[in-house]
Amino acid sequence: MTLLWITLLPLLGVLAPALTARYGRRYCSMATAVLPALALLLTLSQVPSMLDGDALRFSVSWMPTLGLDLGLRLDGLSLLFNLLIIGIGLMILLYAHFYLAAHENVGRFYSYLILFMASMVGISMSDNLILLWLFWELTSLSSFLLIGFWSHNSEARKGARMALVVTGAGGLALLAGLLMLGNMAGSFDLNVVLASGDIIRNHAYYPVMLVLVLLGAFTKSAQFPFQFWLPHAMAAPTPVSAYLHSATMVKAGIFLMARLHPAIAGSELWSSLVTIIGMITLLYGAWFALMKTDLKGILAFSTVSHLGLITALLGIGTPMAMLAALFHILNHATFKAALFMGAGIIDHETGTRELSKLGGLRRAMPVTALLTTITGAAMAGVPLLNGFVSKEMFFTDALNSTALGGLSGILPVLATLGGILSVAYSLRLVYEVFYKPTTQAPPIEPHEPPRLMRAPMELLATLCVVVGIFPFLADGLMQLATNAVLVTPIDVNIALWHGLNVPLLMSMIALAAGIAAYLFHAELRRFLKQFSPLDARLVFEASIQCVANRSQQLMDRLENGSLQRYMSLLLLTALVFAGVGLVNMPSLTGALSDQPADGVLIVGALLLILSSVATAALHRRRLVSLMMLSMVGLLVSLTFARFSAPDLALTQLSVEVVTMILLMLALFFLPQKTPRESSMPRLLRDLSLAGGLGVIVASLNYAVLSRETTSISDFFIANSVPGGGGHNVVNVILVDFRGFDTLGEITVLAIAGLAVLKLLNRLRLFMPHSDAEGRVWSQDRYPMILTIISQALLPLAVLVAVFILLRGHNAPGGGFIAGLVTSVALILLYIARGVDWTQARLDLQYQSVAIAGVAVASLTGAGSWLFGYPFLTSAFGHLHIPLVGDIELATAMLFDVGVYLAVVGATLMILANLGKITTPHRLPNYDKDPSGTEPPNNGDTAKESS
Amino acid sequence: MESLFAITTGILSACGLYLTLRGRTFPVVVGLTLLSYAVNLFLFSMGGLTTDGPAVINGSNNEMADPLPQALVLTAIVIGFAMTAFAIILAMRARGDMGNDHVDGHDHAKHDADTRKDNVLKERQR
Repeated sequence: MTLLWITLLPLLGVLAPALTARYGRRYCSMATAVLPALALLLTLSQVPSMLDGDALRFSVSWMPTLGLDLGLRLDGLSLLFNLLIIGIGLMILLYAHFYLAAHENVGRFYSYLILFMASMVGISMSDNLILLWLFWELTSLSSFLLIGFWSHNSEARKGARMALVVTGAGGLALLAGLLMLGNMAGSFDLNVVLASGDIIRNHAYYPVMLVLVLLGAFTKSAQFPFQFWLPHAMAAPTPVSAYLHSATMVKAGIFLMARLHPAIAGSELWSSLVTIIGMITLLYGAWFALMKTDLKGILAFSTVSHLGLITALLGIGTPMAMLAALFHILNHATFKAALFMGAGIIDHETGTRELSKLGGLRRAMPVTALLTTITGAAMAGVPLLNGFVSKEMFFTDALNSTALGGLSGILPVLATLGGILSVAYSLRLVYEVFYKPTTQAPPIEPHEPPRLMRAPMELLATLCVVVGIFPFLADGLMQLATNAVLVTPIDVNIALWHGLNVPLLMSMIALAAGIAAYLFHAELRRFLKQFSPLDARLVFEASIQCVANRSQQLMDRLENGSLQRYMSLLLLTALVFAGVGLVNMPSLTGALSDQPADGVLIVGALLLILSSVATAALHRRRLVSLMMLSMVGLLVSLTFARFSAPDLALTQLSVEVVTMILLMLALFFLPQKTPRESSMPRLLRDLSLAGGLGVIVASLNYAVLSRETTSISDFFIANSVPGGGGHNVVNVILVDFRGFDTLGEITVLAIAGLAVLKLLNRLRLFMPHSDAEGRVWSQDRYPMILTIISQALLPLAVLVAVFILLRGHNAPGGGFIAGLVTSVALILLYIARGVDWTQARLDLQYQSVAIAGVAVASLTGAGSWLFGYPFLTSAFGHLHIPLVGDIELATAMLFDVGVYLAVVGATLMILANLGKITTPHRLPNYDKDPSGTEPPNNGDTAKESS
Repeated sequence: MESLFAITTGILSACGLYLTLRGRTFPVVVGLTLLSYAVNLFLFSMGGLTTDGPAVINGSNNEMADPLPQALVLTAIVIGFAMTAFAIILAMRARGDMGNDHVDGHDHAKHDADTRKDNVLKERQR
C-alpha cells in the first residue's frame, strides 16, 4: 500500500499548486512541496525492508485479460531514481520560487512540474511494461508543457514541439517493442520479463524488438542521431532545463535500458549497438559543448555527452560497468543540476548567457563562483570530486571491455578523448564566466542571488565533494541499485584510490590534454567557422514540412470532393480483393449439381434480368426507370414465394408498395430527367466496374449454392415448438431466438423515421407546375372511385393486418408484415383523400406510435427480469376460450405487437410527413427554382402525378 | 436453377452498382434499392434453394427451407426501406438547400457555365 501512496502522492500533488496559487507564491510553493516531500519520506521509510534483498511489490488487477495490472515495485534502481527525481525536484521547486518573474503564473508552472515528477516516479516504480509505457508517454506530454511554458516565445514553442515529436515517435516504437517483449516473455509483469532473458534473447524477433525498444530509449535520452531535440529544449525556463536534463527526462531512456538490462542485454547486438551509439554520442556532445557560446547550450551538449557515456557503460554491460553507469547517473544528476542552476542564476543576475559578454564575475558573486567551480570540476573529472570517481570507473571498464570484439581496443582511446573534451569545455565554462578578465560590462550589474535560491546549489556541491572524497558513503545505495539490475549481484566497494594504474594515467592525460585543448580551442573554432553549421531545427522543420506537404498532396488526390470518385475507388478495392479471393479458389463449382429449372422459372428469371437492365439503362427517364424498378421488386417477391419463403414474399410485396409511393412522391420534387453528362471513358469505367463486380457476385453465389453447407438452423427448427411455442420458425427466430436483433432493428427503423422528420423540417422546395414534357398537372380533385374504395378497404385491411399479426407465430405473417399492410391501407387513404382530410379524422402523432412500439418491445423484454430470467426470455401458454377454442398466448406475441407499432409508426412518419409538404399552406414562400423558369403551383395534385 | 439464380443476382448487383456510380441523386437511390434487392436475394440463397418447403412446422415430412437466412432477410427488407426513405429524403433536402441534385452538392456543368458568364460580364465592364 505504501508503494501505491508513493506513486499517488505526487499525482495528487498536481492539484496543490492549482488550489493554492491565489494565496500568493510563498504559500503555493510550500503547499506544493508537501506531498512530494511525503512521497520522499515514504520511499526512505521502505529502505529497511529493502535490505533483505527482494524488490517490494504491489499489484492491483486492472485489466487482467489484457495483462495490464496496476503493478508497482520498489527496488534499488527505483530507490535511486526516486531519490533523484523527488529530491532534485524539491530543490528545483525552491529554485523556481525565486527564478520565475513576479508576473508569471507560478501555479501553472508548479502543476506541470509536479505532473512531470509524478510521471517520472511512475516510470521508476512501474512493475508492468504497459503501465511503464503509459507513464513514459505522460512524461513526453508533461515535458512538452514545461518546455513550452513560455508559450509567447516562438523558440519555446518550436523546441517543445520538436521534443514532443521526437520523444513521442520514440514512444510509439517503444510501445511496439514492449508489446513484442511482453509477448516473448508471455507476460507484461516485470518480474516474469526480467526472469526470461534467455527465452527473449533466443527469440527469432529479438533484433526487431531490441531496435524498437532502443529507439524509444535513444530518443528520450537524446542519443545520436536523435540528440538534436535536447539543445532546442533549452528554450525552457532554466528550472525546467535543470530538472529535465540533469536528473529526469533524459535519464528515463537510461533508466529503461538499465531496468530491462537482465532481459534484453547480454547479446552481441546489444553490446555493439549500444556501446557504439553511446561512444558516438559522448564525443559528438563533448565536441559541440566546446564549440557553443551560450551557457545553457554548453550544458545541453555536455548533457548529451554524459548520457552517451552512461549509455556506453550500459552497452559494455559487465557488472562493474553497470555499477559505474548507475554511479555516474547519480553523480551527473548532482553536478549537472547544480550547473544548470548556476547558469540560471548568472542569466538571472546579469541578463545574458553569452560567454562573450560574461567574465570576471568572481568578484561580484564569489559564492556562486565557488559553487560553479566545484561542480564544473566535478563534471571535468577532477580528483577528490564525485565526477572523478565515476569517470575513472568508466576508464577502467573501457580498458577491460570486450564489447566490440577485436575492435575493443579503440574504446579506451575514445574514452580518453571524451575525457579531454570534457575537461576542456568545463574549464572554458568556469574560467570564461568567472575568472577571465572582461572588456565589457554585462547588461545588468551582477550581484549574488537570494540566499535560498543558492541553497540547492550549495547542497549539491557539498554532495559532490563528500562523495568525491568518501565514495564509500554511496556504497549502500549503489549496492541496492546494482542488485536490481544484475542477475548475479556483486559486492560494491567504491574506492577513491586504486594505486598507480592505467585508468589513473588516462585521467591525468585527460586533465593535461584538456587544459591544452582549451588553450587552443580558439584556433579550432576559427578553423571550424569555414564550414556552415547545419541547424538541426531548420532541418527538422523542413522535413516535417515536407512530410506535411506530401500527405496534403496525397489527400488532395484521393479526396477531391467527388462522391463518384470515392464510390468507384471503393468498388475497385472490393473488386480487387474479391477477385484475388476467387482466383485462389481451386474450383468454382462444388459437389452439388443444379436442380432442374422449369419454364416458369426461366421466364421469371428473364423478366427479372430484363427489368433490372431496363432500370439501369433508362435511368435518365426517371419515371420509367422507377416503373422498371417496381417490376424488379415484384419479381423478387415472387422469387421468395417460389423458393419457400412466404414471409419474405409478403414483406417484400408490401414494402414494394410503400417504397414506390415514397419514390414517386420524392420524384415530384426532383428533376424528372437526368441530364446526359458522363463522358465516354467514365461510362466505360463504371460499366466495367459494375460488370466486374456483378460477375464476382454471381460467381460467389454460384460457388455457395453448388456446395453442401451446414446450417445452425437445425437448432431453431427443433426448438421452435417446444422452446418458443410457435410453428412458424422464421417468426419465432425474429421475435424469440434472435429477439434482441429485432429490437435493434425496429429501433433503427424508428430512428430513420425521426431522422426523416427532422430532414423535412422547414424544407423549402420548388414545386413544378407541369411534368417533364411540359404538361400541366391535372386540376381534378381526388378520383371518386379511389375515394370510396379506400374508405371501404381500410377496415378490411386492418382486419387482415390483425389476422396476420395474430397468426404470425404459427403461420406466415407477423408484426412486420401486419404493420406494412396497415401502413399501405392508411397511405391509400391519404392518397385518396389528401393529407388534410385524413389528418382531421386520424389525428395520430406517428412518432409517438413508433416510439411506443419500441417501448412495448423493450418492456416485454425487460418483463422477463421480473421473473428472474435474462432479457427477452419468452413464456407461452394455452388459453381456452369458450366457443373460440384453444388459443396459444406467448409473450413473443406482445413483442410482435411492439414490432407492429414501430413499423406502422415509422412508415407513416416518413410518408405522411412527406405528403404534408405537398400541401400548399405549409409552404407560404416557395423557393424559386435555381434555374428560375417555372412558377410554383398548387401542389395538392402531387399524387396524381404518380 | 442454381446457376440461373446466381446469374440473376449478379446482373441485379451490376445494374444497381452502375446506378450508384451516377452523378445525380435519384438514380443513385434507385441503384441502392436495386442493389439491396440483389443483396437480399444473395443472402436468402445462402440457405439453399428449396421448393415447397416453407419453414412452418406442420407435421409434413417435406424438406424444410433454412429459416435463418429468411429471418435475417426479412428484417433486411424493412431496414432497406428505411434506408431508401432516408436517402431519398436526404436527396430532396440536398436539392432544396443546394439548388441542384448532383451527388457532390454542386452542379459542375452549370458552375462552369456560370463562371464563363461571369468572366464575360467582367470583361465587358472593363
